[in-house]
Amino acid sequence: MSNATTTPYQSFLSRHFAVLLIAACLVFIVCLVHLFGSVMVQRVVIEALIRIVIVVGIYIFTGNSGIISFGSVTFMAIAAYATGWQTCCEMLKPITMSGLPSILRDNSYPVYVSALTSVSLAALAAFVVGLILMRLGGLAASISTLAILFILNVSYSNWETVTMGTASMVGLPTYITPWIALGAALIAVVCAWVFQNSARGILLRATRADEVAAAACGVSLYWSRLIAWTLSGAVMGLAGVLTAHFLGTVSINSYFLNLTFLALAMLVVGGMKSLSGAVVGVVVVSTIVDMFRRLEAGVSLGDTTLSLPAGTQELVLAGVMIVILMFRKDGLMGGKEFCLPKRWAVVRSESVTSERNAQ
Amino acid sequence: MQNLIQIIVDAVALGSLYALVSLSIGLVFGVMRLINFAQADYITIGAYALVVPTASVSPALLLGALPFAFMAGGVVVVVVVLALLTERLAFRPMRGSDPATLLVSSFAVSYFLQHLVMLIHSGRPKSVGIGNSLSAAVEFWGIRVPGTQLLTMGVALVMLVAMVFFLKKTPMGIQMRAAAENFQMARLMGVKANRVIATAFAISGIMAAAVSLLLVVQTGTLDIRMGLMPVIFAFFATVIGGMGSLPGAALGGFIVGFVTVGLQAFLPPDLRAFRDAFVFMLVIGFLLFRPQGLIVTSAARERV
Repeated sequence: MSNATTTPYQSFLSRHFAVLLIAACLVFIVCLVHLFGSVMVQRVVIEALIRIVIVVGIYIFTGNSGIISFGSVTFMAIAAYATGWQTCCEMLKPITMSGLPSILRDNSYPVYVSALTSVSLAALAAFVVGLILMRLGGLAASISTLAILFILNVSYSNWETVTMGTASMVGLPTYITPWIALGAALIAVVCAWVFQNSARGILLRATRADEVAAAACGVSLYWSRLIAWTLSGAVMGLAGVLTAHFLGTVSINSYFLNLTFLALAMLVVGGMKSLSGAVVGVVVVSTIVDMFRRLEAGVSLGDTTLSLPAGTQELVLAGVMIVILMFRKDGLMGGKEFCLPKRWAVVRSESVTSERNAQ
Repeated sequence: MQNLIQIIVDAVALGSLYALVSLSIGLVFGVMRLINFAQADYITIGAYALVVPTASVSPALLLGALPFAFMAGGVVVVVVVLALLTERLAFRPMRGSDPATLLVSSFAVSYFLQHLVMLIHSGRPKSVGIGNSLSAAVEFWGIRVPGTQLLTMGVALVMLVAMVFFLKKTPMGIQMRAAAENFQMARLMGVKANRVIATAFAISGIMAAAVSLLLVVQTGTLDIRMGLMPVIFAFFATVIGGMGSLPGAALGGFIVGFVTVGLQAFLPPDLRAFRDAFVFMLVIGFLLFRPQGLIVTSAARERV
């Protein structure tokens, strides 16, 4: 105990290093973009920040409970449509979406009100769905989340008078700046971190490690999962609101299997057992995807333009995911969080060395 | 009365199609704990093997130009090879991973194959005319049964019987059932893991080929996602029947088929578009009362 000078500040730093590092990086990048970035770069950064919200949203449930969710994107769609109904195209609404209740059809609401109500609606929907789904275990639950995705897709694609079917709802106010996206990403990351370090979160992670043993120790699988699922639904709702107001359009088929796959690929590549993994996955996969999109569009080398056939990007992405699953099952981060380098991490290193000595 | 019998015939035909798909999923799940999303793409690729790869909407026939026996054989060979390839390249290295990891990896394999087809054949739906002669209806005692439905029921019946025979009477079938019961123990008793799993994939390939031919004959179109919905319904069929139970999978397939056709017939017309949503809701409602499925196998429960 020679280094007994750990201040509360140091111990806070080493305990919450991962989330502080992630937040600092995000703030730094957005500052840079704010100062020097072109509009194009700003859009790329906003898109990446929204993806962080999406993947962290899925991570809150999947990462902590170990149940793969194919259905979280559902709650994005619910929130995106909800905010669309409240803010979009006041003149056109009575014609294109005549089936809306008049409180929505004939009125528009401020964007922050609509964001709040939409996120709440997504959370409520997740809670109600979770009441049923969380009774199921492991694989049956995974498959059933897929059913939720299909139920919503079929309903919204055919509910012509309210959702305009498969047509896009256009004309939503586009108010998402890098700073708003940053705020949302920080909220998502902090929510995930607080939850996974809360008593509930730790109980849930225990059920991930060993369902039977955790249940035998008196952990309620049902409530732990339900809480995580609802929180995850709320964060997905936030992502839905962001996407809707970033693009200015909402259409049901952009919240389906392709987005689900992209988000899961990010989670798997980074490592679905840690928050750091989720964020790293977004960065790595976004880079790969953007790179190959550029290559598909064509790169000029001198006089000739080289371009890959369209669709290469998807093949590469699936390939990367399979290779990661084969050789590094827990993703790039290996299920670990970022932690302070040893010589600074006073508290951590002492406990580690004492454990080593004991062995 | 006639109408009702008509509906029952429809239900049996659709149910037997789903039963074929869910059996092939159940078979692989039994030996490997893998829910194979890529089954959808086996079906799609089997169907696309009928035509020459072009961007054209009504492409020239490739395997589809051959006489029926060769065409069917060719499709079976293509799909079986594909199934074995995915097993060897993607799933074998992951053997022993937890089911959630396997599920995600099969999702990735499926995505890969789907975009491969899109790359080769372009993403547009195509029309292909095979088995047009079968669409004529056959009449039994005043009930008209389309030839395609008769074919579906016939093929499904033959394959179900063959499957039961295979599982009960052949050495490989018995080994496969043993492996599904307890893989570790079966290996200790001398069951060869690689061979059993490869056989399961090969059989699932044969069934996928049959399903893809039936789908093409029924609809006359090719689509990148043509295998998706049958496989999604079949997933639920296996969950309803009880994961890991083959009779359960077949039973689940028929239940899902009956529910779908029943809803189509009895829902008020303006709700019919939402039929699939109701099917999924009923499935989830059912799972509420019986989360472990209809037939519970010892393999489904975790051993402590």
